[in-house]
Amino acid sequence: MEAARVEESVDLSVADRIIAEHASGSGSLIPVLQKAQEEYGYLPKQVMDRIARGLHLPPASVYGVVTFYAQFRLKPVGKHIIRVCHGTACHVSGADKITESFSRDLSVEDGETTSDRLFTLESVACLGCCSLAPVAMVGEETFGRLDGVAVRRLIKDYRKQESA
Amino acid sequence: MDEQRIRISVGLGACGIAAGARKTLASIEEGIASRGLDVELGISGCMGMCYREPLVEIARPGKPPEVYMELSADRVPRFLDEVVAGGGEIEEWIGRAEDRDCPDDGFFSKQKRIVLRNAGRINPERLEDYLAVGGYRALGKVLAEMSREQVIEEIKASGLRGRGGAGFPTGLKWGFAAKAAGDVKYIICNADEGDPGAFMDRSVLESDPHAVLEGMAIAGYAVGSSQGYIYCRAEYPIAIRRLGIAIAQAAEAGWLGDRIQGSEFSFHIKIKEGAGAFVCGEETALMASIEGRRGMPRLRPPFPANEGLWKKPTNINNVETLANVPWIIVNGAAAYAALGTESSKGTKVFALAGKVNRGGLVEVPMGITIREIVEDIGGGIKGGKKFKAAQMGGPSGGCIPASLADTPIDYESLNKTGAIMGSGGMVVIDDSTCMVDVARFFLDFTQKESCGKCTFCRVGTKRMLEILERITAGEGKQGDIELLEELAATIKRGSLCGLGQTAPNPVLTTIRYFRDEYEAHIKDKVCPAKACRALITYVIIEENCNGCGVCKRACPVEAISGEKKELHVIDPDKCTRCGLCMDRCRQDAIRVV
Repeated sequence: MEAARVEESVDLSVADRIIAEHASGSGSLIPVLQKAQEEYGYLPKQVMDRIARGLHLPPASVYGVVTFYAQFRLKPVGKHIIRVCHGTACHVSGADKITESFSRDLSVEDGETTSDRLFTLESVACLGCCSLAPVAMVGEETFGRLDGVAVRRLIKDYRKQESA
Repeated sequence: MDEQRIRISVGLGACGIAAGARKTLASIEEGIASRGLDVELGISGCMGMCYREPLVEIARPGKPPEVYMELSADRVPRFLDEVVAGGGEIEEWIGRAEDRDCPDDGFFSKQKRIVLRNAGRINPERLEDYLAVGGYRALGKVLAEMSREQVIEEIKASGLRGRGGAGFPTGLKWGFAAKAAGDVKYIICNADEGDPGAFMDRSVLESDPHAVLEGMAIAGYAVGSSQGYIYCRAEYPIAIRRLGIAIAQAAEAGWLGDRIQGSEFSFHIKIKEGAGAFVCGEETALMASIEGRRGMPRLRPPFPANEGLWKKPTNINNVETLANVPWIIVNGAAAYAALGTESSKGTKVFALAGKVNRGGLVEVPMGITIREIVEDIGGGIKGGKKFKAAQMGGPSGGCIPASLADTPIDYESLNKTGAIMGSGGMVVIDDSTCMVDVARFFLDFTQKESCGKCTFCRVGTKRMLEILERITAGEGKQGDIELLEELAATIKRGSLCGLGQTAPNPVLTTIRYFRDEYEAHIKDKVCPAKACRALITYVIIEENCNGCGVCKRACPVEAISGEKKELHVIDPDKCTRCGLCMDRCRQDAIRVV
């Protein structure tokens, strides 16, 4: 039910503006989708349909591109996106255990959003700050040399900030 | 720049920022203002010593610049009082200065910086800084005195080969695109650096974006193109922002755009943000992505030089390759070719990471050995553990064992080991890492990133992953190693692009050099590195445990019991083998058996 309500409240004029501004010539589908996701936080079905129509593409092509690239989301995300690095250096330093700690402490699986919509837990291939391994980002903030205890503290701090 | 003022620059590469460099910068800014100090404060890119971030360089009149390391915000007040205001120095914080020996000098002494010539030395957001160190002189020279053919000949003579990993001679590639028929041609800079454990190109883009733009413009002149694209990962927001600034500055100053510096040559550059697909590092997939489609590779020929972006002749080079170009033009092909080995000239940038003491961004002359990089530059293995292997080339590469550490860095020697030069990721592995698990890790990556076009890659990597998962879970069967080898050979043969053709490499090299580890998992159900969770148990050593309770508090699943000041015990059924208790125990009382 909640998901349906979110879908209904989508303001398509934003999509129209993006299409008008960025749809210039061939190759504009990906930039348009990127802008749309920036605005909406994810890509609701109606927005994808609108973009397909605006760029004169079959909806299947738009959906095909959206599902091909890891950057695009079909579901709304939490306020804080937690991205746990699973690059090689982080892997040999125990990245699996970091994801596991977040997953346990937030009670969500990798890729899911907490029921209060505060956190989305994701795994990424490499954040490129290998000397700080294992690393995770919460929003734009980077946290290095993590372990399970540090993860627990981190979540606690964010929750405290939110309730303050 | 005013030579009479104190200049301070804070390293704001992604590594520095992750380590808190923005807070350092803010705190210096605030401290300067509150103390009323006369200082020119700026930023720079990556200085290379990622393991000592945040790094701050101070240049005082009449003194060589000094690099202060690990200068977190809380250390800033002392730095400002004693060094900036007091005119003294804090010896133990200095990481590098020309007038003295520093403990970390070994990190630099075997390096040769061409691609990283300006990284950490200039403000990447100021064109004046780039011009002051000789920037755009190469493009100026090319436009004023060289024909297109001469430029191509010069690059050919330098021996420069593609730094994206494959090592194709750059001059030859430019020659193909130059000869291709067509009025419209494109230059693409491949900045879709996707290997996990690799951040060379990101650092170059963040630290010296103009060098890449200049390289692209020279390539454009040589092949007869007036439009360039930079395809950069969206995960590199700082790089994208700085490229945007640099393009605007260069256009403003007449180094990009129509009729550059009054010549007949025009060149424009656009940035295209990737959307998160590893396969887009492959050139035909990358072009499909720029065209707005799913990034799936296609059969070659036709090669991009003849039929590339929007079916026009296209020349694609990697970031590092292009950043070499201006240096070669200014210093001459002979100076570049003087470095390196018979078949591999110049330098290579590596992102040195993993279990090494000094991890960071390093640039070495070709021909140096892996051992020199790990031991002399990297300062050896962390925590006194044993050097086991170096993983090179990411998911397309392989693990080179310590016994082959004297292999020189050149394309052919590395290929002989079964690994590859790759784009420059070098992850050092110690004896606490399981090689079967490393193979599983990479297969998990390639299996997820396979675009799905070729059956052998799509299904084959999945089957290989399942077998590796089975082995690391202690459920390996006799014949698994042979089955992996058979699948590997088939996937290599039956895949269209580099992703599939090289995906089995991490498995094949670990089988080749660490077959005994595979056999131990399969036959004895033992993980020799004590890393695979299904095959290990955590226990508390009675004589060492003082009952402090740290482990009990750290355990996330309440698997540890025991009264205060009494022996604690781990319940193996509840224990998830996360290892947190062992990390936290100060009595060395927890062991893996």
